[in-house]
Amino acid sequence: MIGFQYSRAQDVADAVRQIAAEPSAKFIAGGTNLIDLMKQDVERPSRLIDISRLPLRSVEETASGGLRIGALVPNADLAYHPLIAQRYPMLASSILAGASAQLRNMASTGGNLLQRTRCYYFYDTATPCNKRVPGSGCSAIAGLNRMHAILGTSESCIATHPSDMCVALVALDATVHVAGPAGARVIAFADFHRLPGDEPQRDTTLQDGEIVTAVELPERGFSAHYTYLKIRDRLSYAFALVSVAAGLELEGDRIKDARLALGGVAHKPWRDPTAETALRGQPASQATFASAATILLRDAKGYEHNRFKIDLARRAIVRALTQAAAGTPQLQSSKKIA
Amino acid sequence: MTTYIGTATSRIDGHAKVTGTAKYAAEFNAPHLAHASVVGSTIARGRIARIDTSRARSVPGVLAVLTHQNRPPMASDDSAYKDDVAPEGAPFRPLYNDRILFSDQPVALVVAEEPEIARLAASLVRVEYHVDLHVTDVHRQRHSTFALEPVERLDDNPFAPPPPRGQPEHSLASADMRHRAEYFVPIEHHNPMELYASTVVFEDEGRLTIYDKTQGVQNVQRYVASVFELDPSHVRVMSPFVGGAFGSGLRPQYQVVLAVLASLSLKRSVRLVLTRQQMYGLGYRPAMLQEIELGINAHGALAAITHEATTVTSQHENYYRQETGWSGLLYRSEHARYAHKLARLDLATSCDMRAPSAATAVYALECAMDELAVALKLDPLELRLRCYSERDQHNDRPYSSKGLRDCYRRGAEAFGWSERSPEPRSMRDGTELVGWGMATGVWEALQVPIAVRIALTANGHAEIACATSDIGTGTYTIMAQVAADMLGLPLDNITVRIGDSTLPQSPVEGGSWIAASVSNGIATTAQAIRAELLHLAKAVPGSPLRDLAPDDVVLLDGRLVSKRDAAHAVSIADVMRHGGVDRIEQEKTASFHHTGAHSHNTHSAVFAEVKVDEQIGIIRVTRVVSAVAGGRILNAKTARSQIMGGVVWGIGMALHEETLIDHTFGRIMNADIAEYHVPVNADVHDIEVIFVDEPDGIVNPLGIKGLGEIGIVGVAAAIANAVHHATGKRVRDLPITLDKLQR
Repeated sequence: MIGFQYSRAQDVADAVRQIAAEPSAKFIAGGTNLIDLMKQDVERPSRLIDISRLPLRSVEETASGGLRIGALVPNADLAYHPLIAQRYPMLASSILAGASAQLRNMASTGGNLLQRTRCYYFYDTATPCNKRVPGSGCSAIAGLNRMHAILGTSESCIATHPSDMCVALVALDATVHVAGPAGARVIAFADFHRLPGDEPQRDTTLQDGEIVTAVELPERGFSAHYTYLKIRDRLSYAFALVSVAAGLELEGDRIKDARLALGGVAHKPWRDPTAETALRGQPASQATFASAATILLRDAKGYEHNRFKIDLARRAIVRALTQAAAGTPQLQSSKKIA
Repeated sequence: MTTYIGTATSRIDGHAKVTGTAKYAAEFNAPHLAHASVVGSTIARGRIARIDTSRARSVPGVLAVLTHQNRPPMASDDSAYKDDVAPEGAPFRPLYNDRILFSDQPVALVVAEEPEIARLAASLVRVEYHVDLHVTDVHRQRHSTFALEPVERLDDNPFAPPPPRGQPEHSLASADMRHRAEYFVPIEHHNPMELYASTVVFEDEGRLTIYDKTQGVQNVQRYVASVFELDPSHVRVMSPFVGGAFGSGLRPQYQVVLAVLASLSLKRSVRLVLTRQQMYGLGYRPAMLQEIELGINAHGALAAITHEATTVTSQHENYYRQETGWSGLLYRSEHARYAHKLARLDLATSCDMRAPSAATAVYALECAMDELAVALKLDPLELRLRCYSERDQHNDRPYSSKGLRDCYRRGAEAFGWSERSPEPRSMRDGTELVGWGMATGVWEALQVPIAVRIALTANGHAEIACATSDIGTGTYTIMAQVAADMLGLPLDNITVRIGDSTLPQSPVEGGSWIAASVSNGIATTAQAIRAELLHLAKAVPGSPLRDLAPDDVVLLDGRLVSKRDAAHAVSIADVMRHGGVDRIEQEKTASFHHTGAHSHNTHSAVFAEVKVDEQIGIIRVTRVVSAVAGGRILNAKTARSQIMGGVVWGIGMALHEETLIDHTFGRIMNADIAEYHVPVNADVHDIEVIFVDEPDGIVNPLGIKGLGEIGIVGVAAAIANAVHHATGKRVRDLPITLDKLQR
């Protein structure tokens, strides 16, 4: 851990100004990931700009029938917010599938988007890691890669994005509102996180000096037929081996519309429009679900220790879509798979 | 009389612990306390070529950066570093020279005015190495091992492979059915909640009072005095409370050496707290590979057993325990052969971890027995009953007591074992396959010489003092219970002092031996107190006790009472007042004469239910019943907690725990409790603990056997066997993660 300066941002504009003036600074809100990374000397910010007091803590209805979630709304508050619970239960479920009650109390919405991978090598400064030290090499490709990605990997990095919440957000077509030196802009959630390519040090498409101010949900929440199914190595408090966010709109037993996103399998929450297209207009059957899984996983590539994830993902997709179609979503309080 | 022994007495230190007044090693303060931070090596084997500490030393607030080049003097002989429980070999010497023996070995120590400054400066120390090739993979080393010599008599070396019996190869060849398989348990770490820490208080004339996290204050005291060649009377080690240790604190850990080094160097009080990551550079449960072959006759009796184990140790010490002999205690077999090999890896030395070797070896044995039962189409419990051994076959002697049959019977009843459908995959609950498995547990009932001092004051209070430790097991409480009963006083009138090296002699707290040892120690000293009181009582004119011998009286309700006639009694207060004494103090050592006529063991029968999602492979351990024969139970509440803790750990061993090493770097990669998985609340469901009645007048006068280890033994096997029963899949390498069910 290194010594660092500390300052508070007075407002969003001040936060943007401060970070523009000191690019080696970092924003801090809940700190549930950043502090760990600092203790491990992975993150070495010259300054922490405390944004936790900015007025970004409200959940508001939008004119278009959706919700705008302030970047500082704690994960716990969001999961239990009545509008989220009623209209976007997939999102609530995904949040409750992650971390622990204590962490969810501290962690912010924006911070959840910006958490870093839990790849062992990223955390251990004694080993090469392209994400931590660009150009140093990827230790995971020939190392311990059981937790690692099977989709969208590159020769530079096979890390996964660890968030559960983001898997639901990408499935729900959320957008990310950011502010920066060049003004405010809106990023489609699917475009917010990026694949590693040859720049695995960049997790997102945020530009230098930009700050997440809100996440916006469109009107449709798939609240009748949804699930968030998380498969992990113990029944709570573990990162996903594979997780599936699924939302269906049914007409009789036929699928009118579908959303399908995976966590724990890629450098970003993985959503594949072709798999959703394959579901639309089809009967809500095991055969349909299996064929969507096959499409989604068509380019999946396993490494020495994580090949099992491909078949596990296939099973998890089928099961999640079955849960969603039946209106029996996975409960996060019960660890028995619904 | 037993008013307290056996009852569900709440911990006498519970209030102090939950209110924070119970202080742990890192919580003691001293004036001008400096803080230290460790720099660990990034390589697993080699030499330090160069250390650049200039940047670290330039940080304001840094007091010193110690390395092997500038540290204060330390002893130069291996013998000086041999603690009470060191294995054979050359103990690791922190900051001694330029040799790197394992990754994250301390290579420098930064001492500063504040812990944050020390940690910052530690990150600025630059170390260059001459790197040597390392090996950290037991699978790669399995053919480059060395064998331990079997012994003629286990009493000569209880950890060596036991002597063979009969003609096992011949017997296996002619057996009606054979089962042979290999089982694997990876390296596991203890992960106690409390981090290893030492606060060294530098006092006048260089006297040191060291608050240390340890399972043996006197072991650390002797070790520190020896390593630094100090007058032993100038070193006092205190460890009043320990936040879990599980064997990791039996040997002195390197933080105490480093903290003392810093204190001697600066002539200042110093505190060093290891980080969670650094905890993985200490000892660990050795990985083990076991090949077991069982042969059985048509009538279901074992014809022969061979058990070959490979376990892991460091390059510099040979740590091992009795790995292969457990079947000789549990199952009758005329023919047997045992072999144990050690694989040297470039890691810290392995060490004791809850039920060392039994947890791993009995896992393998009990899975093998289950596989044999499946092959025989025999109920696994029935197979165990047919093979039941009334004698310890290694020493050819009976047990002082063996309530294992009762464990099987009562455990099976409580679990509902008779309702089990024998075929794998034949029981289900909706989308989940249901599996029922069982296994046997066994551990030793050990006891060690220990001294106890009792000071009884005329106001009817007693202070019990012994240098033992309470590592969270409830030692304070059972000591108070035993003392209250032996002295005939209310529990509230008993004060227990432990965890201080200046107190009467105690060995390290481990092996489940302290409860039996210290309880009998208290009883022995209480007898001396009683004798002294009787002597005083006889001097009282008209004393009703004047013709009685010490064994004719008991202490009861604050009085000395005749066993023959309860009306003949005098109060302790009157006796002491009349005798003109306000304090009676006695210190006695209890020793235990093992005649060799009997073996002393605890046993258990563990029954587990798992539910496995058929499609996904998620395993839930929905029920465990553990029936234990552990002699006399001192405290129904803390005893149950001990067994429950063991069962929870067994769930982790079966399904979660594995220290992941990158063999390219020789580094432990999941060195934190987010990525090193232990069971969380969601993984733990119903656990029922049963203690069967097991009176034992032979093992020791109070009939106590100890419960620290037995709770974990057999649990992983019961769960693995249940997983097989549920799924038809036999996973022989722990942990049983869901991917292994898909293989």
